Order: sequence, then structure tokens, then C-alpha cells
Amino acid sequence: MQISIRQLSKSYGSVAALNAIDLDIASGELLALLGPSGSGKTTLLRAIAGLEPINGGRIQFGDIDATELSVQERRVGFVFQHYALFKHMSVLDNITFGLRVRKRKYRPAREEIRRRGEELLKLVQLGGLEARYPNQLSGGQRQRVALARALAIEPRVLLLDEPFGALDAKVRKELRVWLRQLHDETGYTTVFVTHDQEEALELADRVVVMNAGSIEQVDTPEAILRRPATRFVAEFVERDAAGHYTAAHPPHPRTVHERVAHAVRVG
Amino acid sequence: MSTMATTHRPFRSATAEPLSVRWLLIGFTFAFLIVFLLLPLIVVFVQAFAGGIKAYFAALADPDSLSAIWLTLKTAAIAVLLNTLFGVAAAWLVAKFEFRGKDFLITLIDLPFSVSPVISGMVFVLIFGAQTWLGGWLIDHDIRIIFAQTGLVLATVFVTFPFVARELIPLMQAQGSDEEYAALSLGASGWQTFWLVTLPNIRWGLLYGILLCNARAMGEFGAVSVVSGKIRGASNTMPLHVEVLYQDNKMVAAFAVASLLALLALLTLGLKTFLEWRHGDELAALRGR
Repeated sequence: MQISIRQLSKSYGSVAALNAIDLDIASGELLALLGPSGSGKTTLLRAIAGLEPINGGRIQFGDIDATELSVQERRVGFVFQHYALFKHMSVLDNITFGLRVRKRKYRPAREEIRRRGEELLKLVQLGGLEARYPNQLSGGQRQRVALARALAIEPRVLLLDEPFGALDAKVRKELRVWLRQLHDETGYTTVFVTHDQEEALELADRVVVMNAGSIEQVDTPEAILRRPATRFVAEFVERDAAGHYTAAHPPHPRTVHERVAHAVRVG
Repeated sequence: MSTMATTHRPFRSATAEPLSVRWLLIGFTFAFLIVFLLLPLIVVFVQAFAGGIKAYFAALADPDSLSAIWLTLKTAAIAVLLNTLFGVAAAWLVAKFEFRGKDFLITLIDLPFSVSPVISGMVFVLIFGAQTWLGGWLIDHDIRIIFAQTGLVLATVFVTFPFVARELIPLMQAQGSDEEYAALSLGASGWQTFWLVTLPNIRWGLLYGILLCNARAMGEFGAVSVVSGKIRGASNTMPLHVEVLYQDNKMVAAFAVASLLALLALLTLGLKTFLEWRHGDELAALRGR
């Protein structure tokens, strides 16, 4: 599903979180939203999902104008940073949740739901773990369950908020490769948020570099490395002599929400 | 333990006190518990059965006693039901939304804890009493609040309001809203999200709050005594009935009813302990430790 965003704006009181964002995402593309904390990348992701009310602009899913659609109607697969698995449900129940809550006439039969759930479990390489509960899984396994749960509703677009943020370095690398493979197999249009330059540049087809609520550059990883459009981009994706990306801009400790809270307290 | 340590004096943990101090402290605690908790409880039951089992049950079967028991159960049931609804709604509002005046609302929820129950009762008499404009109008239209069950329920609801909300607010705050957002993004309606995600996540905390609320609702004396008018067989709850019997010098009857109240309290305590034993980890985890 192709997505186009026009003049999307969002502010918290006097703090602007998104400044008239324009962005086109091609169907089947794997896109990264890269930027320091507080750059608006998560806000943009949540706005696409309909989880964050916006102040202006339009969001288009293919031929459908999604601006006025509710979260439910948008049918996006959202994977939360801390997975947000339902603690009191088994893995299978988590994955099939989106099918089970459908209105009766759209709901598949019970056996069909179970079959689809098991199929998805196999797809994310967790076959046989359907009866487990989230607290009996490792971080990487939880991540995959969250992904399978989002895929179960056959989403128009897959949105991932810091998908590897809560994992240790080794699992992170493995899961990155695996996610790329899964994306190529399933072909879902996928947008993920990250503050890790390396992750964005190695995994994505195109990278959107964001800063202070605006887009600095949208380009392929090579282009961003070779021809950074702005000084900010150049510094943010700088590599050291050994070829490692350096954190020229260490992640800003404050997110937009915290800045707002701070402003409210001070004001 | 290493061989080095065994050559020295026996290992003692850094937090352990000498044996004598430990026994003294434990002994003191036990003495305190026996004098202030166990003894009164024993006295209640000994006094209740002082006239034999027959006298005990005769006292309970007395129409006024039965009416008091029935009224207490009814009042508590209504008050607990209402406060469960209010409590869940209030906790949900406070925990999941940001709005102006939230701190004030939290203070307001706590108000019944800080106001003397007698004052709470008085407030209702002042609002709905026969001498007021509203009270007079209500009486003209044959609606009785003061000296009737409605008044008892109102006073009980007020006094026990904080229990469910207080139990749920920190729990729901610690859990955040991500699971709810996840459910919505998967297509669940608000109603489905509440029943399938929010409620299961708070169920043990909610049950715990309901138990505490119920215990207080049945035992409430101060607020209820002001609005009840203590009409025997009509507007007397169990705690009030105990007082009336005691003042009439009907010791066996007074303690018989009191023992029933104590039994209800013990039952609540037992259930609460069971919950903590069975779901203690979950309760602690939900509270964010």
C-alpha cells in the first residue's frame, strides 16, 4: 500500500512536534525514520497509525483518505517499543486477537483462526510456543510475537516503533537480518523508527532523517552517506576512521512529551 | 563457606541481631497482638455464647436483629456495587488521561478518608433533612432519604468511596496505555478493549479493593448513625443495632450480633489473605513494586 503524507502538523501547546511534513512511501518499501530523541519520528509514526491526533494535513493510504479514519479503521499493524503484549493471554491468543475481535460476519471460524495463528507463529519461527505466556518468553521472542500479532490483521502498512531498542546487541543484529528477510518475503509496506544510524542505513531501502519536527533528507542509505543534504545529516551519520558510525549527536535525553511537561512546569 | 571463615567465630548475617534481642522483640510483638487484637476477638465470642448456643441463635433470630442483618447486607451490596463502578471509572480517568485539575480530582477522591465519618453523615442530614428546602420538597413528594435506606446507602457510598479507586489508580498508572492502544490498533472497539484488556489486567487489584470497600461498608458506624435515626427494625444496621442492644443491657444479644460482624470481617480477611497468597506476585507486579 502506497502512503502519502501532506503538510502534516502536530503541536503540544506551543511546542511544535511536526512541522508540515510531506512524505511519500512507496508500496512494499522498507522505510526508516531516523533522528535523535525528540525529533518527532515517533510522533509521525503514531500519527500515521491514528494513535496521535494531528493539528493539520492529510494522510492517504493508496486511494483511501485516512486522515479522518479511526485507529481501528486504518488497519495498520503497529509494533510497540515495549511490545505491549497482552500479559494475561497465551501467545496464540495474543496473535489471534485482531481476528477474534472482528464483528461476527467478518470473523473467521474458530478452527480457521487457530490455523492462521499457528501459521503466523511458524512464519516468525516460534512454532510450538502457542501455549506460552509473554512473561515466559525472551525479549527477541516477544518482539516476534508482537510482529505476528500485527501481521494477523493483514495490515495496510506495518509500523514499528524502535523495534530493536529493548534488545541486547547480539539479538538485535540477528533480528535485523531476519526482519529484512521477512519483509522481502511478505512484501508489506514497512516503516520503522530508530535513533541508531547503523540500523537505519543497513536495513532500510530509504531513510528519512528528522530533526526538531522537520524532515532534513529522504534518500537511499548510499545517497545519505555520500551526499548529505544538510549539515545536521552529515554530522548525524558521520563515520569514524574504522568505518563505524559515530554518535555525533548523542540522543537528546528529552522527548517532546518531556519537553512539554517541562515547559508546563516552568511556565 | 570458605575454610578461612570456619576458623573464626560462626558466621552471622549483617542484619541479624543477638538472640536475646530477637526474642524480646518477637515477644513484645506477640504480647501486643494478643492484648489488642486476639483478646477482644475472643471476648466478643465468649460473651456471645455466655448464655449458651440456644440464646445465641435466639438473639440472632430476633426480628430486629434479622432486619439489621438484612439491611446491612443490602446497604453494603448497593454501596459496593456503586463504588466499584465509580472507582473503576475514576481510576481509568486519572490513570489514562491528562487533563487540567487532575490533582484536585485525586484530592477529592481522598476526601472521605480525611473527613470524620460523623461529619459526612451530618452533611447528608443538612442537605436532605426535613428542615431544608430540598428535604422539604422531597418529603412533599414522598421520597424519604434521611432515616431511610437511601440515606444509609448515600452515607456508606461516601465513606467507602476511596477504596476501589485508591487501589486501582497506582496499578493502572504503572501499566500505562500501550496494551489498550495495541488492542485498538488491532481493530478492537473501546468496549472490547475494556473487557478483554483493561479489566483482566486489573482484576486482582479490583477484587482486593472491593473486599476492603465491603469490609468498611458493613462495619461503618459514624456516618450511618447520623442519617439512620436508629429506628429498630427499620433503619438500624448491624453496628447500630449492637450499640442499641448494648445500651439496653442485652449483653448476649449485643455480642451475638457483634460476633456475626466479626465473622464477616474474618471472612473478608481470609479472602484477602488468599488473594495475596494466590496472586501476590501479580498484585505486587501490578503495583509497580
